[in-house]
Amino acid sequence: MELLGLYNYFVFAVLLMVGLYCILARTNIIKSLIGLSIFQGAVFLLYISMDKIDGGTGPIILEGAPADTIYANPLPQVLILTAIVVGISTTALGLAVAVRIREAYGTIEEDKIQEMDREQ
Amino acid sequence: MMTIVFSLFLLTMLVLVAVAILRTDNLFTAVMLSGIFSLLMAANFFVLDAADVALTEAVIGAGISTVLFLGALALTAEKDRSPPVGSWVPLISASALGAVIIYGVLQAPRLGDPNAVVHNHVAPWYLEKTPELIDVPNVVTAVLASFRGYDTLGEVFVVFIACMGVMALLGRVRPRRDSIKLTEYEERSRNLRHHLIPRIVGKMLVPFIVLFGLYVQFHGDFGPGGGFQAGGLIAAGVILYSLLEGDWRGRELVPEWFSSLLVALGALLYAGVGVACMLKGGHFLNYSVLFEDPIKGQHVGILLVELGVGMTVTGVMITVFHAFARRGVR
Repeated sequence: MELLGLYNYFVFAVLLMVGLYCILARTNIIKSLIGLSIFQGAVFLLYISMDKIDGGTGPIILEGAPADTIYANPLPQVLILTAIVVGISTTALGLAVAVRIREAYGTIEEDKIQEMDREQ
Repeated sequence: MMTIVFSLFLLTMLVLVAVAILRTDNLFTAVMLSGIFSLLMAANFFVLDAADVALTEAVIGAGISTVLFLGALALTAEKDRSPPVGSWVPLISASALGAVIIYGVLQAPRLGDPNAVVHNHVAPWYLEKTPELIDVPNVVTAVLASFRGYDTLGEVFVVFIACMGVMALLGRVRPRRDSIKLTEYEERSRNLRHHLIPRIVGKMLVPFIVLFGLYVQFHGDFGPGGGFQAGGLIAAGVILYSLLEGDWRGRELVPEWFSSLLVALGALLYAGVGVACMLKGGHFLNYSVLFEDPIKGQHVGILLVELGVGMTVTGVMITVFHAFARRGVR
């Protein structure tokens, strides 16, 4: 039971590893960007795992709710909510760069691009 | 008990999907799997009592992000031709990172522990003071738009700048009218017009998606929602229409000048509310001074700021989608 309470954090660690490995080991730019979003998702999971309180509910204070209601921590939620939208914008920028690279080099494989650069 | 089993299932699925994304060399599969990854993540957030975040992740992560990746795939390649792993460096660095983190989290407070450090500093203050100072039921909205309004303003400008970056890279190239006729453009632009069932069912969904987006926008003070989610939803409706009918029709529905205008106006509205607060003699983004009654000032301020966020996010998502879609037709 003790380790079960840490399961979220273990999943976070594994997702970080998968994301980082995907960024480093794959030479395909789009695949690296997908790895980056896995990495990002892992961080989101860490933050949202921190907001949970046992027996709590979402942080929406309704009128007439009992005074001893436990609410989840709103702060990590706010941080991650905005981070998700910023994440997609930066991913879109990365994809735009990938499209331009493909138009200029005809490929999106990093090793081939480096070869072409060396040949010049 | 059921919740624990369910969340264990969701978390395990997350890991499996992530490994599947890593292993496949078909990029189309990888993108579809990353959509599933986001949907699982959204379900996870919901189990963890974060309804606002779950809504955002479902709309932005599972919906729009997948479409943008597919748009980029159409312009690049469908196959990942990475050479088989030649070096041990990635494996070693990823394992080292994982080992350090697992060692670190062994000391972390258990999930749901009410005595964890995060729950004992500023968070109780937000929960206690929100009914008194701002009086909106959704504390997330109160923190997002009022207590931490500077932070959100910064995020809106980051999104704005990223949109300008995409426009600068992919450009506003129009197909020249004389060299390419409208019908020809329509033929070349990819759409689902020949697929009857997706087209009819999808078009029926569009108004409801947009309506739900508007509800989420203006009901964000009371329930889960707000500008970020609403912007994503409305943009998703427009993008769905463009996917079904072709990029050209989509741009007839929401002209390009309009979506880029939304991007700028939203950010301007947000910053403008801040300046209005200063003119009224308060600090930047201190809405309490807007009206005699500070609570009313907070309500109006939050509504306007969320509207600004919604406009910018809608505009950015539509503009970025069109930038990718149009590039493919040239």
